[in-house]
Amino acid sequence: MFRQLYEIVLLNLKSIPERLGASLVIIVGIAGVVGVFTALFAMSQGIETTMVASGDPLNGMVLRGGSQAELNSTLGRDALDLAARAPGVRKDARGEPLASGEIIVIAELPKKGGTLGANVTLRGISPQGLALRPQLKVVEGRAFTPGLQELLVGRGAVDQFEGLGVGLTVRLRGSEWTVVGVFESGDISESEILTDAATAQTAWGRPNTFSTVLVALESPEAFGPFETALKLDPRMSQVEVKNQAKYYSEQTEQSTQGIRLLGAVVSIIMALGAIFAALNTMYASVSSRTREIATLRAIGFGGLPVVSSVMVEAMLLALVGGLIGAVITYVVFNGMTVSTLGGNFTQMVFAFQVTPGLVGFGLVLALGIGFLGGLLPALRAARMQVTTALREA
Amino acid sequence: MGFIRFVWAGIWRKKTRAFLTLLSLICAFLLFGLLQALNVFATSGADFVGASRLITQSRVSFTDSLPIRLLPEIEKIPGVKDVSHDQWFGGVIGENTQMFTFASDPARLRRVYPEWVMTDAEWKSFENTRSGAIVGRVLADKYGWKVGDKLPLKSNIFPKKDGSMAWGFDVVGIFDGKDATWQAQTQSIYINWGYFSEANQFGAGIAGTYAVVLDDPDRANEVAQAIDARFMNSPNETKTQSEKDFNKGFLAQIGDIALIVNLILVAVFFTILILTGNTMAQAVRERIPELAVLKTLGFSNLLVTVLVLAEALFLCLLGGLIGMLLASLMMKGMAQAVPFFAGVRTDGTVWLRAMLAIVALALAVGLPPALRAGRVRIVDALAGR
Repeated sequence: MFRQLYEIVLLNLKSIPERLGASLVIIVGIAGVVGVFTALFAMSQGIETTMVASGDPLNGMVLRGGSQAELNSTLGRDALDLAARAPGVRKDARGEPLASGEIIVIAELPKKGGTLGANVTLRGISPQGLALRPQLKVVEGRAFTPGLQELLVGRGAVDQFEGLGVGLTVRLRGSEWTVVGVFESGDISESEILTDAATAQTAWGRPNTFSTVLVALESPEAFGPFETALKLDPRMSQVEVKNQAKYYSEQTEQSTQGIRLLGAVVSIIMALGAIFAALNTMYASVSSRTREIATLRAIGFGGLPVVSSVMVEAMLLALVGGLIGAVITYVVFNGMTVSTLGGNFTQMVFAFQVTPGLVGFGLVLALGIGFLGGLLPALRAARMQVTTALREA
Repeated sequence: MGFIRFVWAGIWRKKTRAFLTLLSLICAFLLFGLLQALNVFATSGADFVGASRLITQSRVSFTDSLPIRLLPEIEKIPGVKDVSHDQWFGGVIGENTQMFTFASDPARLRRVYPEWVMTDAEWKSFENTRSGAIVGRVLADKYGWKVGDKLPLKSNIFPKKDGSMAWGFDVVGIFDGKDATWQAQTQSIYINWGYFSEANQFGAGIAGTYAVVLDDPDRANEVAQAIDARFMNSPNETKTQSEKDFNKGFLAQIGDIALIVNLILVAVFFTILILTGNTMAQAVRERIPELAVLKTLGFSNLLVTVLVLAEALFLCLLGGLIGMLLASLMMKGMAQAVPFFAGVRTDGTVWLRAMLAIVALALAVGLPPALRAGRVRIVDALAGR
């Protein structure tokens, strides 16, 4: 029995080159499915990874109530002082509270390789702003000097926009701003440009306002008392406090959801198409070997080995197709950085991530298609009437 | 008629294969329809307005509001016929449902955007009601709003003087579009700028972006440059472009997603091309003796070629139409169920592209076997060589 199985499977596989054209159909079809599946989910994976890395769960963001995004929020000048003095705020080594008043404005800059502009977040931060972002490393040049119109640009923004290299100038609000450094942080901030809050406030004619106040809290339990203390103050009653990590994941929930849905729908429909194509190919493969299979049956090979041989062929071809699709996607897309619209109506830069888990899932998908595509033709092969089949041309 | 029946019979010569090929074609065009709908949505909106108006925005970005004091200066620039202004209000209803709401001057809006159609009484009422709002027909139908209703609109940007974000307006008019394309765009709300300007906490004088009507549309570039030159080196530097370019830039923000959707389309189509092409070639191979018989009966080479090509075209057409029909139905469902896809639909452009794709696909997969069928030599074929 097992000997029969082994012989017939081997025979079948050895004859694949004779049916190369038809076999290629399965391989190409499934490579397409797995490639598209992996690419789409690598995209949502990339966005998610960027988001998970963004925001410290111990950081609180003070926003005006109901504003939903930083860009919409406006707070008065006193918000920074009140938040910094509220209970639960962590202090640095010198005993200064870790709190940064931040002003968000949007600048439209030309995208690389295109004539159209896209929005980038320009964030003015207070002196403690960098201390609140310990993951941020200046990798080129230096940080901006408070009081000067200088910019510290995220790696993602440098890659996506024209003219953000160190030493170059950007024209904003009627004057020139110099790029003095580039930073990396592995999160969403890399899509942003940082500058001094006071300088940005002056340039944008909003001297007494911040968009948000970012504070470091002592512990997760400190959020409640911190928010209550702010709300009890009549000058601050309209605010809400958000967990910075949660804020970022909420901001992109909609777009990752959309991409995942798109990925799922596209993959399912493509997989169906590939199953039909595989069925076609395997039926043709079985029918071209009608006499061969009948002969095998006549000399004593059982039904099971015949079924198995067809199934093994289909699944092996599927696996090869799946691997090719995954490899192509990996080579073309892995690490590719792209940008799309993020939370503040500005560009969010992220990299495709082809993870082992995704590739594994893609291969399982390929095998599933091979299995379904091989099953019916295999059963047909096993049910053949030996006598009629032998007489067929 | 006889020819068509013959082609039909040829397609279904092998039922299983024809059926499976048809199903994979349906899948391909279902995907084509869905992805093209997304693609058209992401790129086209820009095409629907002419270059007759200019949009002046802050040079920094369109989210930076320009002050109202620029209005008389823009009006003074030669070639400018009329000007209106729109401020993004950040309108929200319910928990978190965004409404495209703009604060505009009613009289100017009416003059500059003749595409919005409303009765005289409604326009008058919009001008005279401080807390008045007008709602686009599509939006009004969706939420069941009528003239006289209270509009429970909040802002996620602008507090009122008392600090409250809940504004609330009275619906004083429902506007239509001047034609079908504009009608489809009636998904916004306009509120009375005068009231907005007085009542918001950040002070009067925020105008947003300006829409400029020209005396002579051919001088658009010249006037745009004159406007930008006027505010050069001021804190409110401007960027003036045609309405079309403005919309295009707006949509370009979606950025690489559109590119990726296109890449997927290419991958899908390439895959299907190989799959169907192979099946068709196989079908022709099997039928070579049959084709030789046809030629013996007096069918010309050309007719045999046309016959095979017609089979490919029929099969592609059938699969393509069913697939597109399914795509239209699915897109409708998805647009209603998921906010991300709201407004995406398989419109005329998508159908047109699908038709082109069907023909292109039929030619690509049908032509090689068709030519081969035309070249079949009777003697060889009948002898099985």
